[in-house]
Amino acid sequence: MDSAAPRSTSALLLLLLLLLLLRAERTRGAELTFELPDSAKQCFHEDVEQGVKFSLDYQVITGGHYDVDCYVEDPLGNTIYRETKKQYDSFTHRAEVKGVYQFCFSNEFSTFSHKTIYFDFQVGDEPPILPDMGNRVTALTQMESACVTIHEALKTVIDSQTHYRLREAQDRARAEDLNNRVSYWSIGETVALFVVSFSQVLLLKSFFTEKRPVSRAVHS
Amino acid sequence: MAAEQGVLFVGPWPGAGLGRVIRALLLLLCFAARGGTLYFHIGETEKKCFIEEIPDETMVIGNYRTQLYDKQREEYQPATPGLGMFVEVKDPEDKVILARQYGSEGRFTFTSHTPGEHQICLHSNSTKFSLFAGGMLRVHLDIQVGEHANDYAEIAAKDKLSELQLRVRQLVEQVEQIQKEQNYQRWREERFRQTSESTNQRVLWWSILQTLILVAIGVWQMRHLKSFFEAKKLV
Repeated sequence: MDSAAPRSTSALLLLLLLLLLLRAERTRGAELTFELPDSAKQCFHEDVEQGVKFSLDYQVITGGHYDVDCYVEDPLGNTIYRETKKQYDSFTHRAEVKGVYQFCFSNEFSTFSHKTIYFDFQVGDEPPILPDMGNRVTALTQMESACVTIHEALKTVIDSQTHYRLREAQDRARAEDLNNRVSYWSIGETVALFVVSFSQVLLLKSFFTEKRPVSRAVHS
Repeated sequence: MAAEQGVLFVGPWPGAGLGRVIRALLLLLCFAARGGTLYFHIGETEKKCFIEEIPDETMVIGNYRTQLYDKQREEYQPATPGLGMFVEVKDPEDKVILARQYGSEGRFTFTSHTPGEHQICLHSNSTKFSLFAGGMLRVHLDIQVGEHANDYAEIAAKDKLSELQLRVRQLVEQVEQIQKEQNYQRWREERFRQTSESTNQRVLWWSILQTLILVAIGVWQMRHLKSFFEAKKLV
């Protein structure tokens, strides 16, 4: 038993070392929300291995007409995706070339509206929760495959919750903007109403004040 | 790589110490993102902010790594010491909940106490002004929220869970996150409804008020002008 323990642990350590070397494929991806100022461009880069599928989902949450330009370039500089003035979109691609892929969001067409953009960039498959689970020899038991099914279903639920949260944030931003605009418009119109009516009266009075000599001559 | 291999062989061989070595390696696997994370470029005085809209009692873990452009070698090298990043986290009420300076590599954690939009801002604070030399700093960033922030390897080791128990634990964490998000959504929807009802009320009352003002002003105008013309003996 004393000799068996170091052997199994050394095997485990060897496995971990192997996984460390193989780490390149096991990336999880990033989900970020950032603010893009007017006439600005923001680029993100990620290293992708050959043959790995990656996906990019993005959505504009607040700002202007809720649209943004987006393009994705491969390591050789070719544009593999380009869209202008999109509100939301989803793009998947299998990497043919190993290297750094870049995706950029551009707000250069806008002169005064800041945009808040959410994007979700996923590379490869999801890594297993314990690194040594990836190299199983036996098949999954019924319980384990049930757990995997539930996990995938819950991921779908979380994704749709994110989708609703973003849509709700967009609608709420619009509603609050509308509320503010109604206040300013009401105050402005009341002020304009008073100004116009007083100036009307004054103007009329000034007409008749000037014509006084003429009307007195008419009367007499 | 050599440094990581050093960890393998320097640690004690038998017994409990080995478990710690394995755990360290597992942590390394999770956090040593060598060439695997998303990166972007940041200027010297530039401040980059990211927004996380999260429910309350949610943990957020952020890891970053910086690299500086070396003009002589024309590539990005790991940043020299003295080049740090200042991380500032604000809660939905614009109150600062984390404001700390980290080195060229850092890890920050915070837990939200109020639901809403939290803002995570990063900017560099180079002590030597010429360090950037007009170039850009490359920042590798990874932000994990809620259930994704859990380190299952650590949980498995701490609570001594089997693989199946760990999977079930992950499912429980996911369901908790879903519940929190749904409560947050209910709170947000109520705020949205309040804003909409306030707009509705405002439009209604302002319309009535403006019609009354219009009528009142018209009446005043007529009366004022009538008395004016009577004074002028035109009517």
